[in-house]
Amino acid sequence: MLKMTDVSKIYRTDTVETHALREFSLTVDEGEFVSVTGPSGSGKTTFLNIAGLLEEMTSGTYELDGRDISKLNDRERSRVRNEKIGFIFQSFNLIPELNIFDNVDVPLRYRGLNAAERKRRIEESLDMVGLASRLKHQPAQLSGGQQQRVAIARALAGEPRFLLADEPTGNLDTHMADSVLDLLSEINSNGVTIIMVTHELTLADRAKRNIFVRDGQVTDAAPEFLRAANG
Amino acid sequence: MFRYYLKLGALSIRANPALSALMVAAIAIGIGACMTIFTIQHMMGSNPIPHKSAQLRHVQMDSWSDANPYNDGANPPIQLTYTDARNLLAAEQAVRQIATFKSGRIVEPEDPDELPYTVSGRATSKDFFAMFDVPFKYGSAWDAAADLSEEFVVVISEPLNERMFGGEDSTGRRITMNGDTFRIVGVLDTWSPVVKFYDLNNNPHEPVEDTFFPFSTAMANEYGNEGNTNCWKPPEGGDRAAFLNSECIWIQFWVEIPDQAAETQYMNYLDAYVEQQKELGRFPRPLDNRLPDVEEWMILNEVVDDDVSVLLGLAVLFLIVCLLNTIGLLLAKVMRRTKDISLRRALGASKASLFSQYIIEAGMIGVAGGLLGIGTTWLGLLGIRNLFNRFDFVEKLTHMDWSMTALAIVLAVVSALAAALYPTWRACQVTPASQLRIQ
Repeated sequence: MLKMTDVSKIYRTDTVETHALREFSLTVDEGEFVSVTGPSGSGKTTFLNIAGLLEEMTSGTYELDGRDISKLNDRERSRVRNEKIGFIFQSFNLIPELNIFDNVDVPLRYRGLNAAERKRRIEESLDMVGLASRLKHQPAQLSGGQQQRVAIARALAGEPRFLLADEPTGNLDTHMADSVLDLLSEINSNGVTIIMVTHELTLADRAKRNIFVRDGQVTDAAPEFLRAANG
Repeated sequence: MFRYYLKLGALSIRANPALSALMVAAIAIGIGACMTIFTIQHMMGSNPIPHKSAQLRHVQMDSWSDANPYNDGANPPIQLTYTDARNLLAAEQAVRQIATFKSGRIVEPEDPDELPYTVSGRATSKDFFAMFDVPFKYGSAWDAAADLSEEFVVVISEPLNERMFGGEDSTGRRITMNGDTFRIVGVLDTWSPVVKFYDLNNNPHEPVEDTFFPFSTAMANEYGNEGNTNCWKPPEGGDRAAFLNSECIWIQFWVEIPDQAAETQYMNYLDAYVEQQKELGRFPRPLDNRLPDVEEWMILNEVVDDDVSVLLGLAVLFLIVCLLNTIGLLLAKVMRRTKDISLRRALGASKASLFSQYIIEAGMIGVAGGLLGIGTTWLGLLGIRNLFNRFDFVEKLTHMDWSMTALAIVLAVVSALAAALYPTWRACQVTPASQLRIQ
């Protein structure tokens, strides 16, 4: 379970203070598929970064699987990221010098698994996203949709409890976006909790629960202007 | 993970060939400059007889003037008078002892068509060869009887034997020098100590002598000294006898002392000897006898030229400049890879993991720089050898041994790791979230 209570995040420069999150509170239960929508600058990506332990919050409490995250040191936070959380990014973020097999291998290396176990997981996860035959391909040899599937395989290989997706279909055409969302739904049906940030309400509707963020806070429903913007 | 980091390092180097090549080149050039000078300094100061240098002691006694102390009283004279050398030699208080001085000769070839030529020579005692582990190709040193009876016997060097006899076993054959005919009793095998430690009065790196003959023979036949002669008061007369009885120092005296007890015993003997001489009106200065071993003797005589030390300092500065350049290049490389760093952080890499990854990559660049640095060092030494090829000893000083080769690599790796510390630290400070959401 993911539980944030009164989380705030303030970015400070010498002259400016920006409140990205204000008393942000949210609970996501195990197995949920939650979409987070909101206008640009609303704080949804900041929320995802804090949820994924990529950024530290300014105040508030954050529990992941019943563990207070704010008390962890860098090594422990890295371990939590590695073992419990999988990331899917809008721009795929594959490492161009590594082939598909080695890209999926990255989080497993930091897990310290032996070679046989890593190989099994890599092949299984690539099989699940339909790319088992592309092990030795370089990222540049794949289409955008295929690259995003590799990124999903990389996230799945670590067998995470939470999958955090930041605009996962933002760089894909409609057909590829649908297939990626189908894949996420399938993953969620296998028990993985998914939190997906998107600015498109039509995509958000594919989730089981929709969260709307505005001015760094969770609001009850999607504001009208957002619905209008999405048609 | 080490192998994984090695693989990542290789991939990174391959992905940025120009930047990597610049870093390797910067390290190699810095290492080359540094190691070229350091090799020369190392060879200049290397112990030429490490296995027994502690047992070989040069005898120093302060026979100098009370009014004008030798070297301002910092240390006793570095040579002995003939009187003292003769007395110490006759006393035979050490396991082995030699009195020696340099004396060049003119060889008169048997072939009347061949012109006479000069050879370097050394008057010494039979123990010289055993004390200094001098290798023989043919024959051996002369015996004690030859020393006593002032025989015309000679040991010649390998090059001279090659020149005169085509490299054949020449023991028993004759050689005439300055009108004296010597019987060859031994031919040296290759013997080329980097430092001619047994006589540091002239160039400490010049080759060993071509001929060695008994000290007693040289003295009986009034062979001249080609080394340094220093006097704190003039001889009482103009003839050779007056010179030999003077306080002029010109003879090197070595003893072989096997252990601490023998050292104490010999030192006691020297003290007693000087006290006795004081009663005869000599040795006006306070008692100051010393027995430096080979390494101490080389330091005392400043075998390593000050100029070389200054050059080494400059070369180290140059290496530092190269490393600063490498730091800049590494920093540029790291800043180009912030996205990769952020991604790895997101996928579970701790700061320590990233630190290891980048340090190992820097180590690989260091190894490459070190290997190339061996090449640049070799080129540097070759350049010095060609530049100063008119000096025979330069050949010996520009030899890069295994220890210098290993040091070049170690220095390169350590330098690369040191250069990588700041860029790697910067890499670890990259905030993952800042780089991952690139649209």
